[in-house]
Amino acid sequence: MIEVKNIQKRFGNRTVIQDVSTVMKAGQCNLIIGSSGSGKTVLMKCMVGLFEPDEGEVLYGGQNFTTMDSQAKTEIRKEIGMLFQGSALFDSLTVEQNVMFPLDMFTSWPVKKKQDRVNEVLNRVNLVEANRKYPAELSGGMKKRVALARAIVLNPKYLFCDEPNSGLDPQTSLVIDKLIKEITIEYNITTVVNTHDMNSVMEIGDYILYMYQGNKEWEGTNREIIFSKNQRLNDFIFASDFLKDAKDMRMLEETGRIPNHRNMDLLIDKDAPPVIPPSKDV
Amino acid sequence: MTIFSDIGRYLLMIKGMFSKPENGKMYWKEFMHQCAEIGVGSLGIVAIISVFIGAVSTIQTAYQLVSPIIPPSTIAQIVRDTVILEFAPTLVCIVLAGVAGSRIASELGNMRVSEQIDALEIMGINTKGYLVMPKIAAALLMIPLLVIIAMVLGIWGGRLAGAMANILSGNVYDRGLLENFVPYNVIFALIKSYVFAFIISSVPAFYGYFVQGGALEIGRASTKAVVVSCIAILFADYVLSALLL
Repeated sequence: MIEVKNIQKRFGNRTVIQDVSTVMKAGQCNLIIGSSGSGKTVLMKCMVGLFEPDEGEVLYGGQNFTTMDSQAKTEIRKEIGMLFQGSALFDSLTVEQNVMFPLDMFTSWPVKKKQDRVNEVLNRVNLVEANRKYPAELSGGMKKRVALARAIVLNPKYLFCDEPNSGLDPQTSLVIDKLIKEITIEYNITTVVNTHDMNSVMEIGDYILYMYQGNKEWEGTNREIIFSKNQRLNDFIFASDFLKDAKDMRMLEETGRIPNHRNMDLLIDKDAPPVIPPSKDV
Repeated sequence: MTIFSDIGRYLLMIKGMFSKPENGKMYWKEFMHQCAEIGVGSLGIVAIISVFIGAVSTIQTAYQLVSPIIPPSTIAQIVRDTVILEFAPTLVCIVLAGVAGSRIASELGNMRVSEQIDALEIMGINTKGYLVMPKIAAALLMIPLLVIIAMVLGIWGGRLAGAMANILSGNVYDRGLLENFVPYNVIFALIKSYVFAFIISSVPAFYGYFVQGGALEIGRASTKAVVVSCIAILFADYVLSALLL
């Protein structure tokens, strides 16, 4: 479990994160969503220690990560895996060497054991016969899968994914989302995903934190998001007509009703009572 | 103010390199890799430059020494001392600032921009220790060796040019090399090469490590690293000459 308490981050005079608190539980995909410049990447970087927050603290399993000395931070970091937006694979190393790198650095396992573990995680992300290839020879989706394999090779307790679907086609995005979800449940990892992708929100978002201009605007589950009346959240999530339709269809499935403002009279059961689950608008 | 801030960050980077390695074997592997990149990778250009510098020195010295009372072996003495004192350490290191320095800056800059350095940090690796220190250590080992090779090849190039242009025979050149030889000059050249090696590796590492932006900024950082390294080498050359000669 990761607890974020009253995090504040400034760059010069500009406050990028304003008093954000949240709890991200193990075994579920915790999503941070928001438009560009809303502070979600900065929040994630504060959580993993790439940025020092000006105020507030981040707790990993109850341990205050923000105030730890560098030695203790290193120990926590060994339990963190991160999938970067651009994959961040080491250009000069092959796929196998990239995935093996954390094992080489932090274990004294024999080569055979390391090799087996690398093959195991590469199989887990459905990447076979790519061991000898260099990152430059891989497609975007394959790079993401290698980066995911590298992130989980040490069996981390915490997995951070920064825009895992950026630059990927919808089908490959689904594959990556599915992998992240499966791995989260399989290894009971606390997964934090920073995304713009609304499909990810609906498919894998067990818990969603919506950031708006550096503030926590809304938090809840992907079921609650459908019924949220938060205008900013709705404007962001259901920006297009297509997404609005998708929302209505989901609402119809859940409650048998859809909002009256949409021109879908044929689908509306006018006699059904309104069923609106409680939302956690902030 | 920027210059003071840069100096401060540079010193903090140097200080940050010194921590217990997460895995000594991996650091050693990286050190050997850098030795190959900096040393073997620069050997060709150093060899070519040294031979031609020695050759040109012989021809130009002979051109200026027109007096019949000066023995031809003096040409060898002048070439020897010029190559050992200045050309081998300073000129070769300026070339190395371009070859190895720009490579270090662009490698680290690319790693920074593509988040590879962040990835290492997240893993719990001291990136200054793992990425910067092996480069500086490798430069401190390999660049003095390259300078010694440059001295030998420069003097040999002078001998070759002297014989080919009928300026002085090989025997006369060899005799001149042994006349008034001051071993301290070699020590002085090696001291200079150690100082220059530190500059060539640490300054580009600084510019590469702290680069921000994209491909354009990597190019700019690389150019800036080479320019600053060259100026620092020339300044250090003057200071060391004033202090040690």
